Amino acid sequence: MNEFSDAHRAIEAIWRIESARLIAGLTRFVGEIGAAEELAQDALVAALEQWPASGVPEKPGGWLMATAKHRASDLIRRRKTLERKYEELGRDVERVRDGTDLDAAIDEDFGDDLLGLMFMACHPVLSKDARVALTLRVLGGLTTEEIARGFLVPVSSMAQRIVRAKRTLTEAHVRFEVPDGAERVARLASVFDVIYLIFNEGYAATAGEDWVRPALCEEAIRLGRILAELAPTEPEVHGLVALMEIHASRLRARVGPSGEPVLLLDQDRARWDWLLIRRGLAALERAEKLGGAMGPYALQAAIAACHARAATAAETDWPRMVALYDALAELAPSPVVELNRAVAVGMAFGPAAGLDLVDTLVGEPSLKAYHLLPAVRGDLLRKLGRADQARAEFERAASLTQNVRERELLQRRAAECAAEKIAG
Amino acid sequence: MRVLVLAKEGERSGAATPPTPEGMAEYEKFNGELVKAGVVVAAGRLSPSAVGKRVRFDGKKRTVIDGPFAEAKELVAGYWLWQVRSMDEAIEWLKRAPYEGGTFEIREVSQHEGA
Repeated sequence: MNEFSDAHRAIEAIWRIESARLIAGLTRFVGEIGAAEELAQDALVAALEQWPASGVPEKPGGWLMATAKHRASDLIRRRKTLERKYEELGRDVERVRDGTDLDAAIDEDFGDDLLGLMFMACHPVLSKDARVALTLRVLGGLTTEEIARGFLVPVSSMAQRIVRAKRTLTEAHVRFEVPDGAERVARLASVFDVIYLIFNEGYAATAGEDWVRPALCEEAIRLGRILAELAPTEPEVHGLVALMEIHASRLRARVGPSGEPVLLLDQDRARWDWLLIRRGLAALERAEKLGGAMGPYALQAAIAACHARAATAAETDWPRMVALYDALAELAPSPVVELNRAVAVGMAFGPAAGLDLVDTLVGEPSLKAYHLLPAVRGDLLRKLGRADQARAEFERAASLTQNVRERELLQRRAAECAAEKIAG
Repeated sequence: MRVLVLAKEGERSGAATPPTPEGMAEYEKFNGELVKAGVVVAAGRLSPSAVGKRVRFDGKKRTVIDGPFAEAKELVAGYWLWQVRSMDEAIEWLKRAPYEGGTFEIREVSQHEGA
């Protein structure tokens, strides 16, 4: 009985390790993520039936791939219309059946397959939500339940989202490919964005009870590290990994004893994860050494590194941060970048200078419901001694955020302003 | 989760028995797989315990003890820090390592303590 459940746990772990490249290899074969996933799952079921009795094979990944390929050949045989594919597959299956190819099946370089699968799951034809869900499912090896939990949506909605995403890819005839040149750069950028979206949902949960969901951050960093090995000459991939690692180094410090958020400048830096900081700084260096102009992720990583390099909040190099935000604002202009730049300006050149910049953003339509605009404005007003106005801004910010923990923090700051007003 | 993998290979490491080129190639290949899978956070091999030191604490007293240390089987020859999703995943990875002797220990790094 115990041996049986041990085998099941081992199989689950093997699935986590192997599923992405299994699905990637099969997608290249059959052309569709949906069909590839089913074939991989069938192979998993076969493993669950056979391994508890026979023991786990020496090369479990190769076993799963060979089993799935046999089933793929059956599937394609049934789809008589795919004649060309059938011939290709027939050859491959024969090789596997020779028995000589089983080792090669696992030793083979799956790099391009994984990249092809990433490109497909992050294809621009899909909505952002769909890209995120499909990436976690087929590349992260997460179950639909786990993804649903991560994004606080019902399992049935997440299942539907994934089914619809696969259908969209099929209907749009999205091919399994690893393009070159400008197309490759554009497709990589889409993958970067999806990975960073996953990271951010874990790092600054937009909704719900928890301020952070570290499991999503870990998943995103892992995908980033895998991608960095697949496209090592791409500076931005190292910028992305650096950004995530430096941010993640603060995960533990940015949550207080009762789960409340602790803002960056108030964090106990001894609680930062210095190993991740060192890794992040090394990744940033790698991005810089590859040369060329810094991309938006490398620039954001360089900004995050300004905090990481400062032993205390007071030692932060704010003028350098302003310069980096200037570069970022030029490269990837957005009201959110402008807002962050205003914060840096406020720290480098005084709150009045920061407030001037923030005030130019107040009418910005895309920031209308963005809680950090009034939060930043409140902070600057408070520093200027305008506690009444500051309180109103913090209250507005609290009413805008969907995150319970963040709302409590903002309400507390509003209350502090009210107290300052009385004291003053 | 993060796990520390301790290679308790005794004194086989270091100057006494340098690894063969084939052994090294096998190891490099395995380590490469781990890196490509985004698992490795840090790794290192340790020098023989002959050049190691121990510091023993007894109240206010500190005693420095020179290596080599006697308990050969317990001696750590190298370490890995891995980022994995479960202890089972760590076990599955470790089983694939190209070693023919020694005991390897996997310990979870507590999330709530220092890194």
